Amino acid sequence: MTKHQHDFQPSTNSQPLLEIHDLRTYFFTRDGTVKAVDGVSLTVERGQIHGLVGESGCGKSMTAMSILRLVDKPGRIVSGEVLFKGEDLLKKTRHEMTAIRGKQISVIFQEPKSSLNPVLRVGTQLIEVLRIHEGKQRTIKRKDAVEQLRSVGIPDPDRRVENYPHEMSGGMAQRVMIAMGMACAPDLLIADEPTTALDVTIQAQVLDLIRKLRDEHEMGVILITHDMGIVAEMADIVTVMYAGTAVEEAPTVELFETPLHPYTQGLIASIPVMGQVKERLEVIPGNVPNLIDMPPGCRFAPRCKARIEHGLTRCEVEEPHMIEAKPNHFVRCWLYEGES
Amino acid sequence: MTEENLLEIRDLKVHFEIKSGILKRTAGVVKAVDGVDLDIRRGEILGLVGESGCGKTTVGRAILRLVEATSGSVKFKGRDIFKLSSTEMKPLRREMQLVFQDPYSSLDPRSKVGDIVGEGLRVHGVTDRKERYRRVLEALEMVGLQEPHMRRFPHEFSGGQRQRIGIARALVVKPSFIVCDEPVSALDVSIQSQVLNLLKDLQQELDLTLLFIAHDMSVVEHLCNRVAVMYLGKIVEVAEREELFGNPQHPYTQALMSAIPIADPKVKRERIILPGDPPSPLRPPPGCRFHTRCPEAIDICSQEIPQQIDLGRQHLCACHLRQPEPDAVQQPA
Ligand SMILES: Nc1ncnc2c1ncn2[C@@H]1O[C@H](COP(=O)(O)OP(=O)(O)OP(=O)(O)O)[C@@H](O)[C@H]1O
Ligand SMILES: Nc1ncnc2c1ncn2[C@@H]1O[C@H](COP(=O)(O)OP(=O)(O)OP(=O)(O)O)[C@@H](O)[C@H]1O
Ligand code: SF4
Ligand code: SF4
Ligand SMILES: [Mg+2]
Ligand SMILES: [Mg+2]
Repeated sequence: MTKHQHDFQPSTNSQPLLEIHDLRTYFFTRDGTVKAVDGVSLTVERGQIHGLVGESGCGKSMTAMSILRLVDKPGRIVSGEVLFKGEDLLKKTRHEMTAIRGKQISVIFQEPKSSLNPVLRVGTQLIEVLRIHEGKQRTIKRKDAVEQLRSVGIPDPDRRVENYPHEMSGGMAQRVMIAMGMACAPDLLIADEPTTALDVTIQAQVLDLIRKLRDEHEMGVILITHDMGIVAEMADIVTVMYAGTAVEEAPTVELFETPLHPYTQGLIASIPVMGQVKERLEVIPGNVPNLIDMPPGCRFAPRCKARIEHGLTRCEVEEPHMIEAKPNHFVRCWLYEGES
Repeated sequence: MTEENLLEIRDLKVHFEIKSGILKRTAGVVKAVDGVDLDIRRGEILGLVGESGCGKTTVGRAILRLVEATSGSVKFKGRDIFKLSSTEMKPLRREMQLVFQDPYSSLDPRSKVGDIVGEGLRVHGVTDRKERYRRVLEALEMVGLQEPHMRRFPHEFSGGQRQRIGIARALVVKPSFIVCDEPVSALDVSIQSQVLNLLKDLQQELDLTLLFIAHDMSVVEHLCNRVAVMYLGKIVEVAEREELFGNPQHPYTQALMSAIPIADPKVKRERIILPGDPPSPLRPPPGCRFHTRCPEAIDICSQEIPQQIDLGRQHLCACHLRQPEPDAVQQPA
């Protein structure tokens, strides 16, 4: 069964928080069509961290932006479904989307400082966000902002609430972003490389915080990263992307133990793992294809050794489908298809 | 100076004055490097790790005299390079090369690869064009590129290939020592492994000595023979790779290692999460610079600067709470 042909029943209790089916987002540029997201399907349950990994430019951020309907021209979501609590976000009006983004789905980005308003004190910005969420029912005061900062572990929140963003370190600004994101107690948090700009000891603080908030609020999380270490430690389930498509999805331990897709296998073998020194690291030869002139068949074919070893000829002409090769383990590769 | 050390760095300080206002008064001093002692042995790859802003790049640049040191000394093959005139320095400049972090901005976009790589030869007086061509080709082939690449421009190459060009540019003048400043940090993992393997091969084949600056401990563990850990302008710990990773002693090193996500979901570790941020090098804390975040700090830590001592097995550590193993000192290595 191909994955995007999954049957799904709307509005039952076992319904996943988020279900994406065969999402495609293209950029129509002068040079041609950039297929930034070209067939991504994934599911996020409540209380689950779904890791989205892949190398630079493979479409991770655009997947996130598509869920939020924040894709700018010349980009456009051309097809697919984004079911959030059973309802397709791609069919919502702009107005409805704004409400969902503010209340039920939050997002944090890689560069916290560029997402904060540089001329306003962080307390002021936080109070503004809290007001939007609480409506008119309650007056929001400075002390609520202080509490919110305290809840994300900012030391000395009484003083920090008066800071401007530039007076904060990257790690602290990222906590402020998380505090704002959490203000509405979202059901889904999308964290796009939330620690890439931070040092490891600060990264550890922020990852710890995300995990704690997930536990406390049963929140679903899409954690976007290119760091396989972060995925291994944080995610319950992982989707690997390559050149715009999802090529593999599996529970985290399963993915690291028995990666099926040749790209995932190469990726895992090429990472230096602390405590496991190898004489040589594996190398994936070649480069990621240009998203405009995508090879017609499997996008990984020009770099794939397995294709040659197994003498597969259809790889270069026909694109493989995402299939469930093992229970809960999906892969897009001809090695596993057509065996039935 | 012992024969085995190619470089000896002693009490190196690099302070930057921050000027402000129209009168350009000194508003503060950034103590980027503040008393670094470090030996680099012949033929080794020494890793220098630490978090952003701790002074790694500044150490590398001071060794190459690309930035003026405030005080201290750096001996290269026994000669104090800070005492050399620029004429005396010139042959040493050929011997000591630098590979930059950013493969995108460090190559002149308007020059062909052949000219970029050959530039150093011109500077160092290789006037014969045929000779230059031969050496450039040799350097490119060493890093896995070919003759036709000489006539292409940097934008026609991927990040990993550009980093290879940067390495070829350093190799072409046949140096004995290269500072690699985060040469793989900007690269994707599948490309990063190509460059790491290449560096390892070249170091062995050409008998090079490398100072490998990085913030990624797993990369350092894979590549380096010895590792030095830096915190806020000072070296806090130095040891052989297995010793440092197997038996880290400084509380900062221990926290740093425990904070690194390991790409193996079955490895579960006790995390040491450090509170707060690293202090500003404009106002480093007194005593041990780590005391504001150290989980083990005691009273003396905020008053006295701990000295680097050998705990045994040439494992150097600067912490008041760490003492040499009674039996291990003074034994020949
Ligand atoms: N405005 C645009 N016009 C054309 N192409 C675009 C535009 N924005 C993004 N793209 C392309 O879409 C692709 C996917 O980009 P995306 O930002 O999702 O990558 P990513 O996986 O998040 O990468 P990174 O790890 O570098 O953040 C890229 O190849 C990018 O070049
Ligand atoms: N020319 C300069 N003028 C003033 N301050 C400087 C200068 N160069 C570096 N610094 C400061 O010195 C400190 C050390 O910088 P350095 O670049 O050596 O750190 P690093 O360890 O290489 O960091 P990173 O990992 O971010 O590259 C930083 O606080 C930096 O801001
Ligand atoms: S479909 Fe073919 S080319 Fe693509 S990953 Fe599988 S074996 Fe390799
Ligand atoms: S000297 Fe004190 S503060 Fe510094 S690392 Fe050792 S115990 Fe911690
Ligand atoms: Mg991105
Ligand atoms: Mg640096």
